[in-house]
Amino acid sequence: MPDDFVIAIASGKGGTGKTTIATNLAHYAARLGQKVQYLDCDVEEPNGHIFLKPKIDRSQQVTIDIPQVDLEKCIGCGKCGEICQYSAIICIKENVLTFEQLCHSCGGCMRVCPADAIKPKPLNIGDIELGKAGDINFVQGKLCIGYVRTPSLIKEVKKHIKQDCLAIIDVPPGTSCPVVEAVKGADFVLLVTEPTPFGLNDLKLAVDLTREMNLPFAVVINRYDIGNDDVEKYCEAENIDVIMRLPDDRRIAEIYSTGQMIVDVLGEYKQPFSKLCEYLDTLKVKLNEKR
Amino acid sequence: MKIAVTSTGRTLDSQVDPRFGRAACFIVVDTETMDFSVIENESVAAAGGAGISSAKVVIDAGAEAVLTGNCGPNAERTLTAGGVKLYTGATGTVAEAVELFKSGKLTQASGPNVEPHFGMDK
Repeated sequence: MPDDFVIAIASGKGGTGKTTIATNLAHYAARLGQKVQYLDCDVEEPNGHIFLKPKIDRSQQVTIDIPQVDLEKCIGCGKCGEICQYSAIICIKENVLTFEQLCHSCGGCMRVCPADAIKPKPLNIGDIELGKAGDINFVQGKLCIGYVRTPSLIKEVKKHIKQDCLAIIDVPPGTSCPVVEAVKGADFVLLVTEPTPFGLNDLKLAVDLTREMNLPFAVVINRYDIGNDDVEKYCEAENIDVIMRLPDDRRIAEIYSTGQMIVDVLGEYKQPFSKLCEYLDTLKVKLNEKR
Repeated sequence: MKIAVTSTGRTLDSQVDPRFGRAACFIVVDTETMDFSVIENESVAAAGGAGISSAKVVIDAGAEAVLTGNCGPNAERTLTAGGVKLYTGATGTVAEAVELFKSGKLTQASGPNVEPHFGMDK
C-alpha cells in the first residue's frame, strides 16, 4: 500500500491552533512509526520549528523572474505597461519604470515587447530550509521581510513533498491566494476553528474555499468549551465531520508558551491525536482504493 | 498650465479626494481659464498598482502638476518620471485647492507622504 498522503491543516481565522495540531500530529504519527513529513507553508511567519526543533541541514534560495529593461533597445511603445495587470512595469515618456514588488512574474511584458528589450532578472523572495526533527522530515519556507510573493514561495516549498509518507502542510491563516496555493493538491484538509462568532465566520469562508476547490475536509474545534455551540450547529447542518475537539485547557497554553508538545507533556491528549491518526489511516485506505 | 486635482465628484465645487491612486476622479483644470475636464479613475478598485496607473493617466492627460491629499511612493516615483510636480495636503473644494495653488500657498512635496496601500478600503 502506498504511504503517500498529503494533509493540509488550515483555518480561516488566525490563532485557532493550526500549528499546535500540525506539529503534535506530526510528532505523534512519527512516534507511532509512520514516515512523516512536516512542511511549514505559513512562510510569512513559520513557527512550527519552535515546537519540532529541527536540525537544518541545508537551505536554498528561491528566486522569481522580474523584468529588466534595456533602455538602449526600448522603443517606448508602452506595450509592456498595457499588458501588465499590476502596473509593475510602465512606460513614461522615454523611460520604463519597473516596480519589482508588484510583479507577478507572468512574463507578459517580455512576450509583447517588439524590441526584445526586456529580459528576466532573478529576485530572491525567500529561502527554503530542510532538515530533520527526530524522525520527521522537516521543510519550511521563509519569505524575505517586506516581500509579498507568498504563493510563489509556497509553491516551491511544496515541490519538496515526499511521495512515501504522511505529508503535513501547515497552511497560513485566511482564505486568500497563499491559502489556495498551500491547500492545492492536498488529499485532505483539516479546518481548525474555535467556537466563537469570529471562528464561525472564518470557518464558513474556509469551507466555501475547500468546497470550491473540491477538496475533502473535516473540522477540528479547538477550545471547544468557550463561546457557544454555533460552530457545532453549523457543522451539523452542513453535514461536516467534526473529528477532534480540544478543550480550553490552561496547561495547553502553558506548554505551548514553552515550545513543548502537548502529546509529550499531557498524557490525556495522546488519545485525541491517536484517534486523529486512526481517522487519517481510514481515509488513506479509502483513497488508495479509489486510486 | 494644466493641473490635475483628485476629486470626490465631477465639478469644481466637489471636495478634493484625499487619496491619489484611488481617487474617485481627476479634474484637469486649465489654471488660466478655469476650463476643466473630468477623468473617471478606473483604478479605484484595482487589485494593486493603483497609484502607478493613476499617475500614468494624469501624465497622459498632459497635467504639469497634481494637487491631492496624500500620495504614496509608487505614484510619486511615476509622477516624477513623467515630470509632474506633486502637491500633497490639499483640502476643501477643487476650486479652492486650485486658488491656493495659483496664489503659491501650496508647497511642492519633496517625496511621498504616505505608505503604499494608504488609500485602500477608504
